[in-house]
Amino acid sequence: MTDILFILFAVVAVGGAVGVVIGRSPVASLLFMVATLASVAGIYVLFEAHFLAAIQVLVYAGAIMVLFLFVIMLLNLGHDYRADLRYGSWSLLSLVVVGLTAGVLMQGFSGDVGADLLEDGAAAAAAIDAAVIEKGAVGVIADPLFTDYVVAFELMGLLLLVAIVAAVVLAKPRGSGEG
Amino acid sequence: MGEMQELSTFWFVTFGAVKVVAVFTVVMAVVAYMTLAERRVSAFIQDRLGPNRVGPFGLLQPIADGIKNIIKEETMPGTAAKFYFVLGPALAIMPAVVTFAVIPFAAPLPTPVGTVDMIVADVPIGILYILALSSLAVYGIVLSGWASNNKYAFLGGLRASAQMISYEVALGLSVIAVLLLAGNVTLTEMVWKQQQLGLWFVFPLSLAFIFFLISALAETNRLPFDMPEAESELITGYHTEYSAMKFSMFFIAEYAHVVTASALMATLFFGGWDIPFWPGDDMFRHEGAWIRGFDESGAPIPTSPSVLITLLTLAAFSVKTGFFLLLYIWIRWTLPRFRYDQVMHLGWKVLLPAALAYIMLIAGTMLVLDQLGVAYGMLYGLVLTAVSGVTTLAFLFFVDRDRVISGAHRKRTTRARAPRAVADPAGRTPPS
Repeated sequence: MTDILFILFAVVAVGGAVGVVIGRSPVASLLFMVATLASVAGIYVLFEAHFLAAIQVLVYAGAIMVLFLFVIMLLNLGHDYRADLRYGSWSLLSLVVVGLTAGVLMQGFSGDVGADLLEDGAAAAAAIDAAVIEKGAVGVIADPLFTDYVVAFELMGLLLLVAIVAAVVLAKPRGSGEG
Repeated sequence: MGEMQELSTFWFVTFGAVKVVAVFTVVMAVVAYMTLAERRVSAFIQDRLGPNRVGPFGLLQPIADGIKNIIKEETMPGTAAKFYFVLGPALAIMPAVVTFAVIPFAAPLPTPVGTVDMIVADVPIGILYILALSSLAVYGIVLSGWASNNKYAFLGGLRASAQMISYEVALGLSVIAVLLLAGNVTLTEMVWKQQQLGLWFVFPLSLAFIFFLISALAETNRLPFDMPEAESELITGYHTEYSAMKFSMFFIAEYAHVVTASALMATLFFGGWDIPFWPGDDMFRHEGAWIRGFDESGAPIPTSPSVLITLLTLAAFSVKTGFFLLLYIWIRWTLPRFRYDQVMHLGWKVLLPAALAYIMLIAGTMLVLDQLGVAYGMLYGLVLTAVSGVTTLAFLFFVDRDRVISGAHRKRTTRARAPRAVADPAGRTPPS
């Protein structure tokens, strides 16, 4: 059952990712992307990572992609983006990148590595189950995030804030006189 | 007593399937009868009769409406993006019908083969599941607005996406206050924590409830926040071009969201299926046994599920949810629609900072109480109630710039002092 669901989600995730690239319109690409994100969330659920799945849907599919859709509809209506695409050397470069990534993945998952992962995985899963019962699905993530990694976490927050301020500054029309 | 018999896999799956079908059917029936209730209550508010011809008190009206919508002609605008035009209503209704799955609707039911939890799926992420799926609801609305290729529908879709993103933030922040006090995200545990506190969360978290109520109205696109359909400006907004069952699906989705939001308000802030002033119905799964609470020494007090308690708690849950359904209708036919910029102003400049400040206040109060060693119970709740009560009054005082809540006498005196020259009933200035 888990295998069937995994294959289903995996096919939709990869198919959606391909769809994003070859989609006819920006809206179609966006919907393919939503399908991919939702399938990845489904795979997270199969791994019992319920919190990650919920956040994946809530943040990416539910908020960021809706903003994308908003922007596409507001700004890009009827704009033929195909004229902006460049073929030739770029497609060659992308093929090389795809080939290299596939090669690295193949090497990573071939041989005895898989068996090791499975063995460690079973022990890790038992530990995670115990932690979820003790702290709850959110506590398992929140506890290390706000104790061991709190400095890194806060710095990430600061980085995002800087990015937001920068975006506002860039978006402001020049010489509007209001600083 | 107190011992728990676990369900075998076979019975778990069987009861699961029964619960899925039962909850879906009940939610859909409530949705159907809410359309009738809305028309009858609005008629009552406006001193009319409303639909009362089909069956006794018009009770068969939803069925007549359903048949009419199924056999009506489906129209498809010639310039619409056909695939997305059909996909829109389907995407709108899907999140609406699945979100009810994580809301517990009664105390556990004992059966000869084991105890059955009265919740479709007690997932460990609870409320996050609802937030995640309801955040997908906007796709259906935006896509149908875009695919209709009609400027009014398109404007409705754009408004929907802006509004739903804005109020999701306030909704999430108002839930965080509840999470702080409940300590977990599953709704089963939230009900249990309210039973243990001896107070429903609406008292210690009164301001969070007000934020949640406002944001839930905006998220479900109900008046006074029905910007996406605003009849006086946009014909009917995003579903202008839809007819027959596709049109009906938007309505089913909207009412299903209202039912879920009402059940959620009852669960988060009004104790869920808890019966007030009676600790006999308190029940929670603790280390493999059913307990009612902890005694002075911290030892668990065992209890056992019974059919009577399940039925009583189901009734309590239905009454609470029904009240909020009525409140939704009541608000819709009482308040006028906001202007669009007012909606955005309220969401970003009032609710967001106020909710953030409120979370800090609640977290700070809880920290002080924990440091002082106050146990989680009535005193704990009462201190929070006092803090929240003062904050709520302050918030309402500063937000309410016209001071409506100071009483009707103030308005009456203002009207009496108004100059006689503008006393024309239509509000026109007399010709000079």
